[in-house]
Amino acid sequence: MHDQASGGVLLRAHALRKDYGSGEGLIRAVDDVDLQVARGEALAVRGPSGCGKSTLLHLLGGLDRPTAGELWLGERRIDRLSERALARLRRHEVGFVFQAFHLMEELNAQENVELPALLAGLTPRAARQRARQLLERVGLDDRAGHLPSALSGGQRQRVAIARALANEPALVLADEPTGNLDSAATLEVLRLFQGLHKEGLTLVVVTHDEGIAASADRRVSMRDGAFVGETRPVEDAGPDLHPTGPGG
Amino acid sequence: MGNAFLVWRLAVKDIRHRPVLAALLLVAIAAGAATLTLGLALRGTADNPYARTRAATNGPDVVATDFNGDPQAPAQASDVVPLEHAPGVVAYSGPFPVTWASLRIGRTRATAAVEGRSAAPSAVDRPRLARGSWVRPGGVVVEAGFASALGLHVGDRLRLGGTSFEVVGIAVTVAFPSYPDSLGSFLVGSLSSYSLGLVWVAEADVARLAAVGSEPVFYYLDLKLDDSAAARAFANRYTTGSSSQQSSGPSATGGASTSPTTLTLYPWQLVRSQDVKLLARAQAVLYTGSWLLALLAIASVAVLVGGRMAEQTRRVGLLKAVGGTPNFVAVVLLCENVLVGLCAAAVGLLAGWLTAPSIAGPGAGLLGAPNPPSLTASSVGLVVALALGVAVAATLLPAIRAARQSTVAALGDSALAPRRSPRLIRLSSHLPVTLLLGARLALRRPWRLLLSVCSVAVMASGLVAVLIVRTTAAGVSPGPRVTQAVAIISAALVVLTAINAVFIAWSSALDARRPAALARALGATPRQVTLGMSAALALPAFFGALLGIPGGILIYEAPKHSGSTTIPSALSLTAVVVVTVLVIAVLTAVPVSIGAQRSVAEVLQSETT
Repeated sequence: MHDQASGGVLLRAHALRKDYGSGEGLIRAVDDVDLQVARGEALAVRGPSGCGKSTLLHLLGGLDRPTAGELWLGERRIDRLSERALARLRRHEVGFVFQAFHLMEELNAQENVELPALLAGLTPRAARQRARQLLERVGLDDRAGHLPSALSGGQRQRVAIARALANEPALVLADEPTGNLDSAATLEVLRLFQGLHKEGLTLVVVTHDEGIAASADRRVSMRDGAFVGETRPVEDAGPDLHPTGPGG
Repeated sequence: MGNAFLVWRLAVKDIRHRPVLAALLLVAIAAGAATLTLGLALRGTADNPYARTRAATNGPDVVATDFNGDPQAPAQASDVVPLEHAPGVVAYSGPFPVTWASLRIGRTRATAAVEGRSAAPSAVDRPRLARGSWVRPGGVVVEAGFASALGLHVGDRLRLGGTSFEVVGIAVTVAFPSYPDSLGSFLVGSLSSYSLGLVWVAEADVARLAAVGSEPVFYYLDLKLDDSAAARAFANRYTTGSSSQQSSGPSATGGASTSPTTLTLYPWQLVRSQDVKLLARAQAVLYTGSWLLALLAIASVAVLVGGRMAEQTRRVGLLKAVGGTPNFVAVVLLCENVLVGLCAAAVGLLAGWLTAPSIAGPGAGLLGAPNPPSLTASSVGLVVALALGVAVAATLLPAIRAARQSTVAALGDSALAPRRSPRLIRLSSHLPVTLLLGARLALRRPWRLLLSVCSVAVMASGLVAVLIVRTTAAGVSPGPRVTQAVAIISAALVVLTAINAVFIAWSSALDARRPAALARALGATPRQVTLGMSAALALPAFFGALLGIPGGILIYEAPKHSGSTTIPSALSLTAVVVVTVLVIAVLTAVPVSIGAQRSVAEVLQSETT
């Protein structure tokens, strides 16, 4: 994985803006955001519903294109990439974890995890081995053959996390990863993220969850599409392992 | 390799995940493929049974008769005797006396051509016994096609010209065309109906039957030539007199008729052509039907694929989110339908292959099974190309559109923005609330409604064409093969249209689930939503059914028809329109009402996740 101390800046956004609509109906979902995320850093983005957190995450991961501004991943400017290049970027360098899990209902847990690996060109055998390792890592090796419909919410999200790690991405973006989970499942996911962070993975997490936010290296707050504040947890303060759930 | 494996896995798993949709898609394409297979497979299938029967019965190369078209004109065996020694003749049988008589079995009545035979087997035209024994005084042998049509068995009794006979045998021949094709026309020109069967009796019985019925006796001579290919020339050479009287008889295809005291000779090719004529008609029906079904299949697949795409929006978003390029996504969606198309081609080929013998079957009048349906590589290629073409044509645009959709929007499962026409909105504002709701929801997708109009129009055109066939041919049976072919096409058209109707309704309900839920949240009842949408979807069915009337006439008249077209009565055509609209309304009500029962909260909430 990637080491924060040795890597420098992995993700950089400058004057990033995203507008929807036009004229009277113009909505500025992301407004002139500047952001730098170091390699190995865990960043939590917080804010009220509709403030533009998810839109920002989509821009950072190349799921959506900014209206203006610059976006760099490592040394590469990514806001002007073609759809195909953005797909390759998402395939190799970025992993996504969604609030709604977004697992393929027709594929079992293992096949869901294999999906990005196969897209990246791994052989079926190598993809299978990789998926087994990751499922073991998230504690679901005994559920590998189960369809998503046979898994609990927490288990589905752990499969989604394993899938996000399938191609050893430089950056994992998580959009309210515990938003649909009960407190026990939230705790499981929180521990997983803490483990990933300790291993040096770069994380950007949009969350309402104080536990997740507290475990981050840095927290930024958004309102009306713009950053309105940034805090760092007190040195040596442990993460809150008593999550309060969405909106809490 | 990984990508190919992944495309295969995603396609197969999704097909297995939604088996009903895949099955319906398969049925839609397979119906067209099967009909085309049937049409292609029928080519030449009748030749083999004819050849086998001809060999088994030592069938004549030429049949000569002194029947001159005038039942009152006397005929003598000596009229045809000189032909026995004509150059080129290597064997002969006869002359055999022939007359006709009314036939009765219980309440069933028919007309029979009665040929007198001796107990000894003849050198040429030895009717091959399928069952029982050969003729004897008081015992008759019935031509197998005729026996099959009348349900006669060995041991049954029948009455010929009022005299009771026992059926002692059932046999086949190629001296005459097999029943029910054109024996009447062949034997007696335009003097009799088509439904004339052949019965062999003891030679002495012919004169007796002719006397009872005051019918003439005429003679048939069966000739074998040294060069059977020269039969047509031989027949032309020895046919004497003019052929003017046989306007609807065999003269058009090689035989000729004469004035009294002259001879008529029929070459074996004429009998064969009569045996395969109805098959050719069935083939023409199947060809036309397969094009109709292909059109309907495209509409079905477009509807089904459109519906599936609406369900797969989030899947598309997910594939793109984990790194699938737009091309990859399009390939996955295309591959699924191509796979179904390939399976449908296989199913259609198999179904066509298996059905062909029953349509191309020799009938009871010829021996053995027909040629295995002659599916050449080019036929198979054509059917597969049709199936794949339908799948690709209907999938390509939706697949490309889905692949180009914004990943974020797809992940949010956002429905495509509906098109709104201010004029339609203004018009619908004058409707009662129920219809207004339905019209506003259904009119969100005008192209889908147009597809619905086209789909119903194709089906209605097919049904109207069938109706015209029945009306125009009133009183004259088009033959079992044509009837079977028409039945197959009609059933396939109705099934495909029903599938289309259900899926257009299902897609519309799926597409309109959120506005429909919103309408219910504001006070509309599920019944209002269901009734409104069903009514709104029945309206295109009405226009489609109306278009089907000129469409059906066009389909009937497109091929060259010798006779005039009889348009069915206004009542029949109105019935087609009304029944179509009612059936479509009922069919669409099912998926729409299921959609209307979904929890409002659940539907509205899904918009925000």
